[in-house]
Amino acid sequence: MDTRFIVGIDLGTTNSAFAQFDTAAPEEEARIVVESIPQLTNPNEVEERTLLPSFLYVPGELDFPKGALALPWDREPQLFAGELARKRGAESPTRLVASAKSWLSYAAVNRTSPILPWGAPEEVRKLSPVEASAEYLGHLRQAWDARVDAKKNPELALGAQQILLTVPASFDEEARELTLRAAETAGLRHVTLLEEPQAAFYAWIDAQGEAWRKRIKVGDLILVCDIGGGTTDFSLITVSEEGGELSLRRVAVGEHILLGGDNMDLALARLLQQRLEGEGHRVDTWQLQSLWHQCRLAKEKLFAEPKSQKQPVTLLGKGSKLVGGTVKTELRREDLERVLTDGFFPVVGREEMPARQRRIGFQELGLPYAADPAVTKHLARFLSQQASAGDESGTIRRSPSGFACPTHVLFNGGVMKAGILRERVARVLDSWLQAEGFEPLGARGVLDAPDLDHAVARGAAYYGRAKRGRGVRIRSGAARTYYIGIESAMPAIPGMPAPLKALCVVPFGMEEGTEARIPGREFGLVVGEPAEFRFLSSNVRRQDEIGSLAEDWGDEIEELSPLEVTLDLDGKEDTVLPVSLETRVTEVGTLEVWCVSREGRRWKLELNIREKDEE
Amino acid sequence: MMGFGKRISFATRCFFSVLSRGELPEEIAPEVVRGLSPPVRAPEPTPAPAPPSAPTPPPVEDSTDRAVQLLALLQRDGRLVDFFREDLTPYQDEQIGAAVRELHANCRQSLEQYVRLEPILDGEEDQPVTVDAGFDPASVKLVGNVKGQPPLRGLLRHRGWRVSEINLPSLSPQGTGRAVVAPAEVEIQ
Repeated sequence: MDTRFIVGIDLGTTNSAFAQFDTAAPEEEARIVVESIPQLTNPNEVEERTLLPSFLYVPGELDFPKGALALPWDREPQLFAGELARKRGAESPTRLVASAKSWLSYAAVNRTSPILPWGAPEEVRKLSPVEASAEYLGHLRQAWDARVDAKKNPELALGAQQILLTVPASFDEEARELTLRAAETAGLRHVTLLEEPQAAFYAWIDAQGEAWRKRIKVGDLILVCDIGGGTTDFSLITVSEEGGELSLRRVAVGEHILLGGDNMDLALARLLQQRLEGEGHRVDTWQLQSLWHQCRLAKEKLFAEPKSQKQPVTLLGKGSKLVGGTVKTELRREDLERVLTDGFFPVVGREEMPARQRRIGFQELGLPYAADPAVTKHLARFLSQQASAGDESGTIRRSPSGFACPTHVLFNGGVMKAGILRERVARVLDSWLQAEGFEPLGARGVLDAPDLDHAVARGAAYYGRAKRGRGVRIRSGAARTYYIGIESAMPAIPGMPAPLKALCVVPFGMEEGTEARIPGREFGLVVGEPAEFRFLSSNVRRQDEIGSLAEDWGDEIEELSPLEVTLDLDGKEDTVLPVSLETRVTEVGTLEVWCVSREGRRWKLELNIREKDEE
Repeated sequence: MMGFGKRISFATRCFFSVLSRGELPEEIAPEVVRGLSPPVRAPEPTPAPAPPSAPTPPPVEDSTDRAVQLLALLQRDGRLVDFFREDLTPYQDEQIGAAVRELHANCRQSLEQYVRLEPILDGEEDQPVTVDAGFDPASVKLVGNVKGQPPLRGLLRHRGWRVSEINLPSLSPQGTGRAVVAPAEVEIQ
C-alpha cells in the first residue's frame, strides 16, 4: 500500500529512534531523515532529541509538582518515557520500567500480564512488557501526530503510514508476535517487521549509494555484528548473483544474547567502586549510579583520545559536604583494556565456546543475562554452528571443518562506536580466518558504518523503499526452524510424559510470501472443541526439511507457547474432522499455521502465548 | 419647562451649594446651565460574563522568581549553591581542585543550555581597540588615563559579556516551590 511516508522505527533496548522518507518530496531533495523526538528532559522542560531513551517512569503523587510533566500532547500524563524517565528512574528505581524489550523475549514470565517495574511495591501501577513497548511506540506516534497536526490532516498521521519496525534477528515467533501486538496497541496499523542486522546493512547500502556494488562481490559473506545497550545479535548475509545482478540473502542468525553496553559500563563502574573502597571510601548505591554515568563519559573520552592514558573520575560529596566529601579516582587506559577489551572481547581461538548458561531461578536475577561475558566466544560459537546448518544456497564460505569464514564485517550498535573494540573484533576474526587458511579481512573487509546511533532506523526506512521497488532487498525468510509436537503413539507409562517428536512445519529460510503444505499427515480434530498443538522452534537445526520428524534433540529444539484452534462447522459438532496443516511466511515477517479440511475449508491457528515453566 | 417641584428642589440645593462651596452641585449644573455636557454616570455593574474556557493565563511572575530559577538550575545541574555555601578553609588545594573541575564542567554545560552569552567587544585581550562615539557606558567601561572625546583608542582588557539569548523553562504554577533553589532529599530505606 502506498502511503505518503515510509517510516523506520528502531525500538531499542536502551534507546529508540525513528527515520522517515517522504515520497512526496522532489527527487533531488528526497532522502531519509532522522526525526527529532520531543520528550521531558527535566520537570517543566520538553526538548527534542533524536533518541528516546527506552525508559518509562510511573510517577506517584509524591514525585513531581502538579503540571510539571506537561507534554505537547498530554498535559497530565499518567506515566512518561524518555530522558527524564531515565534520570528520575535512577533516583527512584521502584517506579522505573527499563529493558522492556528484553522482557518481551523472555518466555519464563507472562509477558502480557502487568509485571513491570519488576519487583515494584503494590502501590505502583504496573504494565506488561507488551504495554511498555506500546508506550514507547505511542510516544513516537503522538510526537509525530502533533507535528503534522494529524487532527486536521488524518492522512498524515503515523497510524496511516507504512511502518517498518525492527526486531533482533534472534527474536522467535512469540517475541515477534508480541512486538506486533504492541504496535497495534499503539495505533500503528501497517507494520512490517525487519531484523536489526539487516537494517544495519541497509543503512550501509544507503550511505554508500550506488558504490556499494563495488565493495562486495559474488561469493562474499558478510558478518553483521550488532552490539547495543542490552543485546548482542549476529547475522550472516551471502552475496550471490541473479539475472546478472548482485543478490543478497540473510542465511544465518545467532541466539538472543543478553549482553551489551550496559553490562560493560557497569563492569567498569564496579572496578572503580572496588578501587575506591580499597582506599577506604564507602560507595553506596546512589554514588554507584553517579560512578556508572561518569565511567561512561570517561570511557568515551579515552576512546576518543588515543594518546591520553587516564581520565579523572570525581564523585562529589553528598549533601552540604560537596568539596569535603569529594572522592577522586581515575579510569586508566589499562582498565579499559583489561575489563572491556580483554574482559568482553578476549582474543580466543575459534574453538572456545562460551560457558553454559546457569539456570538460576529467575526471581533472583530478573532477566537471564548471558553467563559468559565474552562476546568473542559467543561469536566463535555462532560461526561454528554454521557447520551443521543446512546450505540451500551453497554459498556460505566455510573452512573444511565447517566454520563460517566471513569476507566482510559490518559493525552496528552503540558499543561498536569505540574504534578499539572494532579493531579487536576484526583482529580476532582475522586470527580465525588465517587459522582456517583464508586471507584476513584487512581494511577493505571492515565495512564502515556512519551514525551508529540511528543506523537501524535509517536502514528500516530504506527497506520500506526497497519493498516498493526503490532499492535492493535482502532475501531472508524464516529465521528459525519451527515444529509441531507430535506425541508418540507408544502406550503411556504411568508417571512418565509421553515422548515427543517434532514435525517440521516451517524449514529455516522458508521465503517470505511462500506457503507450504505438510505432506502425508492428517490430524483428527473434534469440531467445536478447542484443539491445542505444541509448538517448538530451533535456531540451530537448519537442515530439517518440511514434514521431517525429529526425535531426541537434546537442547537444540525449544518449546514455545502452544497453537490453538477451534473448528467451527455448523451442524457437525462433536464429529471428528481430518485436517492437514499448511504454513505460510507472511510479508509482514510472521508465521501463519492453518488447518485445512479435505474440502478446502481453512482455519487459522493462533499462538496462545503463555508462561513457560522454568526447570 | 421643568416641573414645579423640581424647580423648588434644585433652587434650594443651588442656593446652599453656592453659599457654602461657591459652585453649583455637579449633577444639577448641566440641567440648569445651557451648554454643559451631562456628567458621566458610573455604569451599573453588569454581571460579568462567564469567562470562556480559555487556557489558564500564565501565572503572575515576580522578577525574583526568575533569579531563584536560575540559581535552582545551576544547583540542580552543577551544585553551584552547595559549593558556595561550603566552608573551604579546612581543605587542601588539591581536594578543592578535584571538586571544582567537576563542578565547572557541569555548571558550564547548564549555563550554556539556558543562557547564550556573547562578548560585548570582539577582539583579543590586551590588543588595541577603538571605542566609538555614542557608546553606552553600561556596556563599555573606560579605565586608566581617561580623557578626550570618543572615538578613543585603548587596549582591550576585558571583552565584557552580554546575554544574546535566554531560554528558561516555564515556571511552575503559582505558589508551588517558587522559592525553592534545591529540594531537600530524603532517602527511603
